[in-house]
Amino acid sequence: MSQLIESKLDPKKAVLSEVCNAGDPWMAEIRKGQIFRILDLEGNQAVDTLFYSAAGPDERYSAVDTIARQGKLYLTTGSVLYSSEGKPMLTIVADTCGRHDTLGGACAAESNTVRYSLDKRPMHSCRDSFMHALNTCECATHRHMSKRDISANINFFMNVPVTANGGLSFADGISGAGKYVEMRAEMDVLVLISNCPQLNNPCNAYNPTPVQLLVWNA
Amino acid sequence: MLWEENIPGGTHWSGLIRRGTALRITDMEGGANLSALFYNPEDKLERYNMPDTLKAQHTAFLTTGNVCYSDMGRVMCSIINDTVGWHDTICGITDAQMIEAKYGQATFQTHRNAMHRNGKDGLLVELAKYGLGKRDLVANVNFFSKVIPDEAGNLSFVQGHSKAGSYVDVRFDMNVLLVLSAAPHPLETKTIYQPAAVKLSAWHAGLADAGDLCRNACEQNGRGFVNTGRYYL
Repeated sequence: MSQLIESKLDPKKAVLSEVCNAGDPWMAEIRKGQIFRILDLEGNQAVDTLFYSAAGPDERYSAVDTIARQGKLYLTTGSVLYSSEGKPMLTIVADTCGRHDTLGGACAAESNTVRYSLDKRPMHSCRDSFMHALNTCECATHRHMSKRDISANINFFMNVPVTANGGLSFADGISGAGKYVEMRAEMDVLVLISNCPQLNNPCNAYNPTPVQLLVWNA
Repeated sequence: MLWEENIPGGTHWSGLIRRGTALRITDMEGGANLSALFYNPEDKLERYNMPDTLKAQHTAFLTTGNVCYSDMGRVMCSIINDTVGWHDTICGITDAQMIEAKYGQATFQTHRNAMHRNGKDGLLVELAKYGLGKRDLVANVNFFSKVIPDEAGNLSFVQGHSKAGSYVDVRFDMNVLLVLSAAPHPLETKTIYQPAAVKLSAWHAGLADAGDLCRNACEQNGRGFVNTGRYYL
């Protein structure tokens, strides 16, 4: 596990501070140079997150670019989140959790039928939150965003270790109440979050909880 | 045998593969990398989903018994035989800047069809033939390539993983728009541009029966095949 880096920023000076409840989506624009913090209020929450260039969602966070360009699977302080055009979108500048997942993606009604049981389809899922946000948030609708724009997301605070033998597991969370990850925007970005409602596996400790989103000016 | 197609190293290809058809993909020279994406031609928003594929099967790579899932919970294709043992799913493709930085410049003007090609432009060219573009370009499979992580998640490319003549047999369980690039893997450690050729050999394999290896590899795959079966009823 990497060294944990704390932030010196004062939450009282944040220009945005909002709570996203368990199972809800959240969208916002973050300007180049601003600092964005995701705070795990109660611990062990998975925050499914996608980033798009505010200039046009054709350019978006790319898991495979982020992994291959840094030769590293997990995210922590110092990690750069690369776009599909190979450009730095954000840099993680503080992290009191230590590891964030790049491979687990988002839960969906359809993948829940595969992973758990065919009758799990009605359960609320991250992709339903993504779909709802893209069809109702003004910052998405004026960009004409759709399912086409959903690709492999980051799961902040989620622990998905890969072994040298290539096994992939959903391990108990390593996050806890009050842990956070903070990143500096390297371009104007649009952030799309689903605060994960998954009840079938330990990614949320079977109890989805709220998270807080904060933004500071440069 | 229905047909064969040679894909020279570095080049790109696409085609519609019907449900029940299988492709033997052969590494003709050793050290090949074949980047692949899968789309449902009836609804091209349905496409191969890397995270759903990995988490359903608790694996970070693909080999015999594994299937590739769409974002709609359906099995798009299955690996029914494999002499390679590990196919990468997490490293994506090269772009023009990466290829030039690693191998130098070799344009059509100076090298004609021996020019350096990159994975991203190759896949985008093929996608454009079906009205698709950058928004449809998602995390792909890299057949024949192996990348292993250490405990901290640092990745190492395994040089010489696939030998000349190695092959993987992929059965298509849905009608699939198959999009391919044989450009080098992004973490390839060789510093000369020498992507290997691959050959596709198609045959009629039929649908996965009740005793099918991939269907029975795990409970999740059994449910994925139910979802695929319902789609075609």
